[in-house]
Amino acid sequence: MSLVPRRGLPQILALIAILAIDRLVSTQFFDLRLQDGRLFGSLVDVFNRGAPVALLALGMVLVIATRGIDLSVGAVIAISGAIAASLADTHAWPVAVAAALGAGLLCGLWNGFLVAVLGIQPIVATLILMVAGRGVAQLITEGRIVTFTSPDLIWFGTGSVFGVPAPVVIVAGMLLVTGLVVRGSSLGLLIEATGGNPRASELSGVGIKMMIVAVYVWCSLCAALAGIIAAADIMGADANNAGLWLELDAILAVVIGGTSLFGGRFSLVLAVCGALIIQAMNTGILLSGYPPEFNLVVKAAVVLVVLLLQSPRLSGLTGALRKATTLRKARA
Amino acid sequence: MQDVAGPERPLLDVRGLSKSFGPLRALDAVDFTLRAGQIHALLGENGAGKSTLIKVITGVLSRDGGVVRLLNEEVAPRSAREAVDAGIATVYQEVNLLPNLSVAQNVYLGREPTRFGIVLDREMKRGAAKLLDGYGLHIDVTAPLGSYSVAIQHVVAIARAIDLSARVLILDEPTASLDRHEVAMLFDTMRGLAARGIGIVFVTHFLDQVYDVSDRITVLRNGRLIGERATASLPRMDLIQMMLGHELSETTGARAARDREQGALCASFSNYGKSGYVAPFDLDLRSGEVTGLAGLLGAGRTETARLVFGAERADSGHVTVDGKPLRLHSPRDAVRHGFGYCPEERKTDGIVADLTVRENIVLALQAKLGILRPLSRREQDEIAGRFVKLLDIRPPDPERPIGLLSGGNQQKVLLARWLATEPRLLVLDEPTRGIDVGAHAEIIRLIRDLCDRGLALLVISSELDEIVAYSDRVVVLRDRAHVGTLEDGAISVPSILAAIAADHSSPAAEVA
Repeated sequence: MSLVPRRGLPQILALIAILAIDRLVSTQFFDLRLQDGRLFGSLVDVFNRGAPVALLALGMVLVIATRGIDLSVGAVIAISGAIAASLADTHAWPVAVAAALGAGLLCGLWNGFLVAVLGIQPIVATLILMVAGRGVAQLITEGRIVTFTSPDLIWFGTGSVFGVPAPVVIVAGMLLVTGLVVRGSSLGLLIEATGGNPRASELSGVGIKMMIVAVYVWCSLCAALAGIIAAADIMGADANNAGLWLELDAILAVVIGGTSLFGGRFSLVLAVCGALIIQAMNTGILLSGYPPEFNLVVKAAVVLVVLLLQSPRLSGLTGALRKATTLRKARA
Repeated sequence: MQDVAGPERPLLDVRGLSKSFGPLRALDAVDFTLRAGQIHALLGENGAGKSTLIKVITGVLSRDGGVVRLLNEEVAPRSAREAVDAGIATVYQEVNLLPNLSVAQNVYLGREPTRFGIVLDREMKRGAAKLLDGYGLHIDVTAPLGSYSVAIQHVVAIARAIDLSARVLILDEPTASLDRHEVAMLFDTMRGLAARGIGIVFVTHFLDQVYDVSDRITVLRNGRLIGERATASLPRMDLIQMMLGHELSETTGARAARDREQGALCASFSNYGKSGYVAPFDLDLRSGEVTGLAGLLGAGRTETARLVFGAERADSGHVTVDGKPLRLHSPRDAVRHGFGYCPEERKTDGIVADLTVRENIVLALQAKLGILRPLSRREQDEIAGRFVKLLDIRPPDPERPIGLLSGGNQQKVLLARWLATEPRLLVLDEPTRGIDVGAHAEIIRLIRDLCDRGLALLVISSELDEIVAYSDRVVVLRDRAHVGTLEDGAISVPSILAAIAADHSSPAAEVA
């Protein structure tokens, strides 16, 4: 598999176009500077700020490929952040990180159990954890904002590797790992088959229940990792606001990345690309001086355009138009 | 109204109706005549074109050619709504009314009596109660429709349809989910309407009911009109032959005499069954043998196949493969032990339309190998290329999404999917349905080839001459039970027909 699938051209072009617009808005957009061994600049910001949504998109794209959806990732961010923050100053960092990821694993198993074993519709099944998860996170933090000072954990948000911010390195690493796991094994094919036609896949001997549990587990693990980054970024855990509404950004990123909500074909690279497109828009609007509220409207417009492009009815319409014009040309 | 529709003038007259889906002719110049006061059964196996005919007449589907006349006036409804306005109403198996609204609201749905824009509840209640009284139905019309039995819902739907001034009433499988008592009630209603001069088209696959209630029978097969007869003068045997077989003369020579020794026992099912699904059966499948499953629609053929493949879990009996007992709880178990299954519904149960031919071919093999033993792209290309060539799949492009292929080629891909797993037993459910004539013969040749290579095959088909042509053994099913087995020389279209039509009162004592 090549790194960028052939069908990814519109997304790549869209990212380039938005970055170009950002450059028009802010002349220093592409300026980079090295400070304390770490790169800074607006472009770095796009990648750095976009990291949590990119991580979520990596997990979400697999869930959506199986015809599912996971609304609970924002709540998982809150839980994982709360756990990591609570343990950071009393335990070694590997313990805090492992506990946060372990919580993510449990959340994923729970979602997978509801969807695959009990057969609950994914949107309802994950809604349960979306609501309950934030409550769990508040119980963990006892309703306070838990702060910490452990430099090891803070590294996940503000550290760097050879000048590249840690969150960006983590996203790149997870993209690589996910790609290897999914495309290096037969999981990718079996997930696409499960989403494309679950009945046919089951009758071909595919363990579709296991596929579904696996993708929800992976999705929650990615969310837990994003939660650690989010907590490290602010050196604390805010159970009320951490990861709030990020599930919607993640779904948007996947859809922009060209994966259909009806399941089937998916692309990890393009899902991350979708997350970067969203963040590039956010950053651009901030730099332009428009109020941030404006952001939401622009985002909505982009969703509308993407969904219209994917709509079968619209493609039927454009197809009919094309046919009509070719007919007319043929007659002329 | 009645005097207009004299007995010599048909109420509904369909001439040369045609409809194609792509290269497949779903209806081929079909004629159909319904007279006023007649109950006319429309019969045929799955895919015969019954529902297509109804959908075209009622405007749900557009037609390619032909004329529909209602009382000598040409009608061409473009939607079910227009058909109702013209006087043709349809009641489907699943009643298409709103179960959460009251009976009265359902009867007047979309045409509520109003004064100054306010719905007159009392008027509606009185009208609905009076209307249903006429059908011998004295129920509380303010209760939600869904609180009544399916039979009563059907009568309400019929009453509503007739009240909308329908002259032709089409009932599509109305009795499928009714018990004996409810069926009798529905038949009373139908007879009452016929006596009032309404023409009724009755689609069903219960032959007993056809003989109970209908005056005339029209049989379709493969989208063509096979014949129209008076019910009273058509013996059951002849009817089944019209539905299933070609003319006998065509088929007697079709079966090549084959001298061979009995193959080794591949899989043995004993007392295998599931209550309410298929009665327990004994079935021995031998390597190098084709076992055919024959029976009418709903006789339990597909159900048997799903049990054999583990898609449905049996609640009695056990299986042995090569003499060893086998746990068969899911398709995964079956695939692991070398079973394969090409289901009847290719689109919903077979192909993964978005994936390529290559991916569809390797799917079962990959599922069998598991997650940790992925087939490399080279291996996939090799397997796909080999089968595309071997089975002559067209176009010969493994990277094309399978959804874009014709039905026959999709079927070949599904066969390839299983052949790639090197199965010991292959279950084929209607392998030639919806396939054009050329590919048809090819698939049949393939079935014989596979068998000669030592595979055990279990094949379901509604085409009896086809079953006769390739089967070494034929198991006959009726009413969800295996009722007989025919071997080698005893296999012929007449003998199968006789077994299917055998006297219903006799107990299923001839189980092999």
